[in-house]
Amino acid sequence: MRGGDEILRIEGLCVYFYTYAGVVRAVEDLNLTIYRGETFALVGETGCGKSVTMRAVLRLVPPPGRIVKGRIIFDGVDLLKLPEKEMRKIRGSKISMVFQDPNTALDPLYTAGYQTTETILAHRKVSKKSAWQRALELFKVVEIPEPKRRLRAYPHELSGGMKQRVVTSIALSLNPKLLIADEPTTALDVTIQAQILELLRDLQRKYGVTLVMITHNMGVVADMADRVAVMYAGSVVEVADVYELFGNPLHPYTKGLLRAIPSLTSRNERLQSIPGTVPNMIRPPPGCKFHPRCEYAMDVCKRERPRMIDMGKGHLVACHLYS
Amino acid sequence: MAELKYYIIRRILTFLPTLIGLTLITFVVSMLVPGNPARLWAGGIKASPEVIEAVKKRYHLDEPLYMQYYYYLRNLLRGDLGVSPLTHRPVITDIMSYFPATVELAIFAELLVILMGIPLGIISALKRDSVIDHAVRVFSLIGVSVPVFWLGLMLQWLFYYYLGWLPAGGRGPAPPRIYTKLYVLDSLLCGRWDLFWSNVAHIILPAFTLAYIGVGMVARVTRSSVLDVLSSDFVIFLNVKGLSRLSVLRHVIKNALVPIVTILGLEFGGLLGGAVITETIFFWPGIGRYAVQGINSLDFPAIMGVTVLIGLIYIIVNLAVDLLYAVIDPRVRL
Amino acid sequence: MKPLQSSRIGQYLERNRAKIEEWKLTLKVLLRSPSAVCGLVLVLLFLFMAVFGPYISPSDPYKIDFAKRLRPPSSGNPFGTDEYGRDLLSRVLHGARVSLIVGIVTLAICVPVGVVLGLIAGYFGGVVDEVIMRVTDIFLAFPALVLAMALSVAMGSGLMTVMIALAVVWWPAYVRITRGQVLSVRENLFIEAAKAMGISDFWIIARHILPNVLSPIIVIATMDMGAVILTAAALSFIGLGAQPPTPEWGRLVADGQPYFPECWWYVFFPGIAIFLTVLGFNLLGDGIRDALDPKIRRRLEFKSAEGESQ
Repeated sequence: MRGGDEILRIEGLCVYFYTYAGVVRAVEDLNLTIYRGETFALVGETGCGKSVTMRAVLRLVPPPGRIVKGRIIFDGVDLLKLPEKEMRKIRGSKISMVFQDPNTALDPLYTAGYQTTETILAHRKVSKKSAWQRALELFKVVEIPEPKRRLRAYPHELSGGMKQRVVTSIALSLNPKLLIADEPTTALDVTIQAQILELLRDLQRKYGVTLVMITHNMGVVADMADRVAVMYAGSVVEVADVYELFGNPLHPYTKGLLRAIPSLTSRNERLQSIPGTVPNMIRPPPGCKFHPRCEYAMDVCKRERPRMIDMGKGHLVACHLYS
Repeated sequence: MAELKYYIIRRILTFLPTLIGLTLITFVVSMLVPGNPARLWAGGIKASPEVIEAVKKRYHLDEPLYMQYYYYLRNLLRGDLGVSPLTHRPVITDIMSYFPATVELAIFAELLVILMGIPLGIISALKRDSVIDHAVRVFSLIGVSVPVFWLGLMLQWLFYYYLGWLPAGGRGPAPPRIYTKLYVLDSLLCGRWDLFWSNVAHIILPAFTLAYIGVGMVARVTRSSVLDVLSSDFVIFLNVKGLSRLSVLRHVIKNALVPIVTILGLEFGGLLGGAVITETIFFWPGIGRYAVQGINSLDFPAIMGVTVLIGLIYIIVNLAVDLLYAVIDPRVRL
Repeated sequence: MKPLQSSRIGQYLERNRAKIEEWKLTLKVLLRSPSAVCGLVLVLLFLFMAVFGPYISPSDPYKIDFAKRLRPPSSGNPFGTDEYGRDLLSRVLHGARVSLIVGIVTLAICVPVGVVLGLIAGYFGGVVDEVIMRVTDIFLAFPALVLAMALSVAMGSGLMTVMIALAVVWWPAYVRITRGQVLSVRENLFIEAAKAMGISDFWIIARHILPNVLSPIIVIATMDMGAVILTAAALSFIGLGAQPPTPEWGRLVADGQPYFPECWWYVFFPGIAIFLTVLGFNLLGDGIRDALDPKIRRRLEFKSAEGESQ
C-alpha cells in the first residue's frame, strides 16, 4: 500500500502572514507525503502551523496569509496551479474538511438539511428532492437520531456533538478522497469526543477515505493514526509509523512531546514539559529552530538547518544528531 | 413555526405598554402649554369668563389629572385630536388631508435608503480600503454632519436654479383619479406616464435630501456587518464545501442583514423627524409642513396631533422591524 | 508651601503613572490619524470662535445699516450682509458661542443623568433595571427631533427651552450605552473580589466600574456634541430656540431662505459653519474611538515601533 500510491504530496510549501508587526513565517519549506487510504496525524503545539498547512491544501489560507511558494500535488495535479474555479470544484467534493468548533461552522440562519443539500447541489446535477434524500441518508450514516426531524432543525437547536455530526455529514456528502479533520473534538465534551472519533474511524473504514487528523493530543494520535508527522515552528521535524514513533522517537522535540503525556501505567513518573517557549515566527532562530530549547544542542544546530534524513522503514527525521 | 407565533404574540403584547408610555409623554407635554389652555382653546385672551368656564367643563380641566389623562386617551382612541384654533377644523381632518403626501415622501426616501445604503455598504466591505470604500466613508460622514435644511437648499440651487433639471419644490400634479392618494402610484394606475414622470421629478429631490443621512448610516452599518460575517468560521466552511462565490455571498448578505434591519427601523425615526424640515424647504404639503406652520401660529393641537401620529408610526414601524427580524433570524424566536 | 505642593504633585504623578502613560499613548495614536487631526483642528477653531469671536469680529453683529442691505461678500463684509445691513461674518462669529452653549448645557444635563441611571440599572439589575429601562424605552420610542419640537413649543420658545427639550430627548441613549458597558464590566473578577471584600456598592461603582465604562461615553459625547448642535440648528430653523435678533446659525439660514439663491451668501456661510463644526466633532469622535480601540491601537504601535527601529 505504501510507496507508489500517494494521494497528496506537499513540496517546499511556504505560507507567510503579512501582519503589521512583520512577516510571520507560519509554514516554511514544508515537505509531506500522504498515502491513499491511511489515517495520517499531524501533531504539534498550538501555532506550529499545522492548521495553516492543511488550509493551504484547500487554498483557503485566511488573510493576511499567503501561499508564497511550493507545490501541492493532489492525485497528480498541482493544486496551486489550478484556476480558482477548478479549485472550487475540488473543495467539498474531492477534498473536504471538518473543523475544530462545530458551534461556529454552520450558518445560523439555515437549517442543517439546507446546508447539506446545498453542498450536494453545488457539485452534482441532481434534483432538489434527491439531494434531500441523500442528505437524509448521510444523517443516518453519521448516526444522527431522528434524522428526518434534524434535517429541518436550525444549528442553535442542535447540541455540539450533533452539530459536529452534521458538519461531518456535509464533509462526506460527495464521497471525498481526502478528509481533513482539524482538531475535530477539542471543542466538545469528553464523552462526545470519543463518539466523534469512533464515528470518524468507522467512516474511514467503511468508505476508505484518506483521513488527515490535525491534533495536539498524543492520545488521539495513538488511538487513530497509521502514520504521524510532528511539526515544530512551521516545519515537519519527524515522520514515522505510529508504533515506530511512540516506540522509538528520534527528534528531541518528539521525545519531549511524548514525555509530556500523562500515562496510566507509570503513575509515579513526573510529567515533564519542554523548557522554553515556541519561537518568534517573525524572526525565527537561525539554524535548527528548536535549538534554543534543545538539551542536545550543538554548535552546528545554531548555524545550519538540518535536512530530512531517512532512517529506514519510512522513519524520517530532521536533526543534526543523526547526520 | 409555533415558536414564531409565540414570539409574535409576545412582541405585540410589549407594544401596548410602549403605546401607553407614548400617550403619557404626549399628555404631559400638552399639560406644559404656556398660559391657560382653556383660554387658548376658547380663542385667545378676549374670551369672556363664561366661555372659559364652559370650555373648562368641556375639556374636563377642573377634574384631577388622572381623569384628564383618561379623557385624553379616550379622545385619542376616538381619533379626536382637538380643534385647530387657526382653521377651526378638527386637527384629525387636517392631518388626514396632509398625511398621504408625507407617506409618499417617506416611502420614496426609505426606498432610497435601502436601495442605496445596503449595496454601497456591501461594495465597500468587499472592496475594503479601495477608492470606493473611502468615498462611501466620506459620503456617510458628510451625511451625519450636514444640516438637512442647508443640504436641501444647496440641492435646490444645483438642480433647479443652476441645472434646471428638477422643479424647486411642491408636490406634483394630481392624477385625474385618486386610488391610493400616492400621486406617483395613482398616475401609473391611471396610465398617465406624463403625470408619473412629473411626480417623480417633484419627489426625487426632497426624498433624496430626506434619505441622505440614512443612506450614509445604513452604508456604514452594512459595511461593518458584512466584514464581521466575512471573518466568521462558517464562511470558511462554506468555501470548504466548494460553493460558488455567489452562493457564499448570499449567505454572507443574509447574515449581515440581521443588524441592518434594526438600523433601518431606528433610522426611520430620523426620517420622520427629517420630514418636518424637508417638507418645509421643498413646500411639500405633508404633516411636517403642517406642524411647522402650527409652530409659527401657535396652533398647539396641530403640533401635538402630528407628534402623536409620528410617535405612533415610529413604534409601529419598529414593531414591524422586530417581527421581520424574527423571520430572518431563527435564533430570535426563542 | 511650594516644595510641599510640588512633592504632592510628584506623588500624584508617580501614583498615576500608568494612567498618564496610557493617555499619552492615546494622544499619540490620535495625532497619527490625519482625519482625527482634521477634526481636532475644526473643533479647536470652533472653540476659538465661540470664546474669542465677539472680540475679533470686525463689526457689531446687531448694528443695522439699511444702506448696506444684502450686500454680497466684499473686503469690508467677507460674508456679505443681511436684510438689515448687518455684517454676516460678525453674526456667524457670535453664533458660535450660542451653539457651544447649547451643546455644553444640553450634554451637561443629559450625560450625568443618563450615566448615573445606566450605572444603577446595570449594577443592581432586577426590578430597578426593569423600571429604568422601560422608561428609557418609552422615550426612545419618539424620533428625537419631533419630541424636542413638541416640548419646545409647549414650554414656549427660547434658547433655554430648546436646551431642556434636547436634554429630555437625549439622556436615554446614555442610559443604554452605560448599562451595556456596566453589564460587561460587572462580570470581571475584580468586581467579584471587591464585593467579597465587603466594599460598599457606591465605592465599587465610583472607583471600579465608572472608570471602565467611561471611554465609550467620551466617544459618544464627542459625536453628540455635533449632533446636538445640528438638532438645535434644525429647531432654530423651524422657528424655535434662539429668538431674533440673537445670531444663531440655524436661524440665520432660515432668515436667509427668502432671499435664496439671489443672496446665496446669506444661507451659505451660516450653513457651512454648522457643517464644519459638526464634521469636526464627528471626525474627532471617530479618531478617539480608534485611538481607544485596542486592535487599531496595537496596529499603530507596531507601525511606530517599526518606524523607530528603521
